[in-house]
Amino acid sequence: MIPIAQANEEPMLCSGHAACPGCIDALSARHILTAMGPDAMAVIPPSCMAIIAGPQPYSSLRIPVYQPTLESAAAAATGLRRALDAQGKHGTQVIVLAGDGGTYDIGFQCLSSAAERNEDFIYFCLDNEGYMNTGAQKSSSTPHFARTGSTPAGKTSRKKNLTEIMAAHRVPYVATASAGHLPDLLRKIEKAKGMRGTRIITLIIPCMDGWGVADDAGLTTARYAVESGAFPLYEIEDGHRYTLNHTSKTRPVSDYLGLQRRYRNMSAADIETLQAEIDDGWATLQERVANSERKSHA
Amino acid sequence: MSTAAKSILLTGNQAVAWGARLARPKVVPVYPITPQTPVLEQLTAFAAEGTFDAEIVTPESEHSVMSACIPASLVGTRVFTATASQGLLLMHELLHYASGARAPIVMVNVNRTVASPWAFWPDQTDSLSQRDTGWIQYYVEDAQEALDSVLQAFRVAEQVLLPTMVNLDAFYVSHALEPVQVPQQALVDGYLPPFNPPHRFDTDKVESWGNVATQDMYYRHRQSLAEAMARVPALAAQADHEWAQLTGRSFGVIERYRCDGARTAIVTMGSMCGTVRDAVDAMREAGMAVGLVKVRLFRPLPVAALRAALAGFDDIIVLDRNYSPGHGGVLHQELRSALYGSAVTPRIHGLLAGVGGVNVSPAKVAAFVSQALQGEAQIESQWVR
Repeated sequence: MIPIAQANEEPMLCSGHAACPGCIDALSARHILTAMGPDAMAVIPPSCMAIIAGPQPYSSLRIPVYQPTLESAAAAATGLRRALDAQGKHGTQVIVLAGDGGTYDIGFQCLSSAAERNEDFIYFCLDNEGYMNTGAQKSSSTPHFARTGSTPAGKTSRKKNLTEIMAAHRVPYVATASAGHLPDLLRKIEKAKGMRGTRIITLIIPCMDGWGVADDAGLTTARYAVESGAFPLYEIEDGHRYTLNHTSKTRPVSDYLGLQRRYRNMSAADIETLQAEIDDGWATLQERVANSERKSHA
Repeated sequence: MSTAAKSILLTGNQAVAWGARLARPKVVPVYPITPQTPVLEQLTAFAAEGTFDAEIVTPESEHSVMSACIPASLVGTRVFTATASQGLLLMHELLHYASGARAPIVMVNVNRTVASPWAFWPDQTDSLSQRDTGWIQYYVEDAQEALDSVLQAFRVAEQVLLPTMVNLDAFYVSHALEPVQVPQQALVDGYLPPFNPPHRFDTDKVESWGNVATQDMYYRHRQSLAEAMARVPALAAQADHEWAQLTGRSFGVIERYRCDGARTAIVTMGSMCGTVRDAVDAMREAGMAVGLVKVRLFRPLPVAALRAALAGFDDIIVLDRNYSPGHGGVLHQELRSALYGSAVTPRIHGLLAGVGGVNVSPAKVAAFVSQALQGEAQIESQWVR
């Protein structure tokens, strides 16, 4: 695993990129790219990351980038991977840096198919819980009650659980991660690098503009997401072996909501509902972890 | 090793698979659809028996097929796929993407009616409606031409870095058994050198594709695509000529059949050309001065060659096995546009014949010609059957 000091250097993502001030997408990509190293190629569908990658003829990434259509990242990664395999370049890692729109929504069909075929790449979903690149509209990753351009009164349905869905494909590795918990993130990337097959890591990406978060509060918000249990950090190997990485839930969700304008003016009853949903999700996760531990000891 | 070709009884689909196998593509993403499915099954059978060494990918849709084809080509590997009808239409966005990325993918499309309603008959509206996507388009007449055209298509595509579509009619070509000369691998290897593009994804020489462009860059990019398209008719003719030197088989870009002394030319594409040959023979026998002009290369439309091939006729009868609602037969409209401004413009009769796969026999063709010649050429395409 690369030391944090090295992760803080910028050899793979250049300065001068086009991200907003304080952007956690760019910060996360910097860590991912540094951890992946130079023997990698990236597929970046339309998303904030595609803008951060820079306009022609420039690129802010020091590895080859292919930008496919919004709905085809996993299929494009498949083509890239198979062509590299045909050339005997099995050591070159193919990564995807996609947003939640390109993953949970329009790109989901081809992601499911690639996972079913266990295609050999690492898929990073930079999950900022909405269509932030088009000015913050809801995606199926947007949480319950969050206000977006298309849910001005708050979203009426819950966030899709991508991690569980991908684990159900029985791929070797599915994990959640956060730049707010950097050692855990770097360990997960290193672990994924050592495996073959479809590996999916979803990172929570607080969005300054879309969530209404202060420019310097991105990492704090990411940490609160984990500490409140709204975005638990865990891993699922081979579809059934669960590991909870941040094992305690230490904050009420109201602490997390309070940092973000997208939850402004939520009623006490709605906050209570959301807290109950998070508590329920946390309990379910604990059960799955316990079941998985029981099986491994049986 | 013998250099002689072997003659095998093959369907059009099997001939396509043989053409693909001989071209040695390294990545083949493919999704089954009637009537293209036997292409997929023949290729996977070749791979299973160890005679075809390619990464075969079977995703969940044609959309993902073409999505995988493009970056595989940009890595610098030769890429082949095949589809039909709805599958081609599902790829539509990616067809533009492929030509924009200058990915010389070769794809066979089996021309089949477009839904709704569902139908499975020969009709070229599927591929003709993709004429603005930046793909080179061939239309072939029989199984032999299908095999040979796959190889010629790779040759041309990789010279100009444009994706190329080889179209064959559902069932009439895709499923009809014919004796086909299958060339030796060594002959094909000599004709089709390994794919070696000037730019490719390489971690040692980092280049990217798809980042956003300015208006000026986009404009220049389209111009460069136009320049590549403009080179295609001559390169396609050369590829065909060199193939003829190796195999004795030539199809031309535009073919004139029994046009010497003819006053009337029937112009069409695909399997209908075979029917029209018989009709022309019969009409010639009956003393009618009628010939066939076959359009094999449709995109880019070889305007200069078409003008030369159609010069001097009094009447041109276009048989369109397709229909563009609100505008008529696509070939009819394209020919009128190509010939507009010629010194002497022939009368152009556009006939919607065989739309939806209705049978067009040689006798019908003769009847259409006689009927058309009795009246003035209409501005709009006429429904005939």
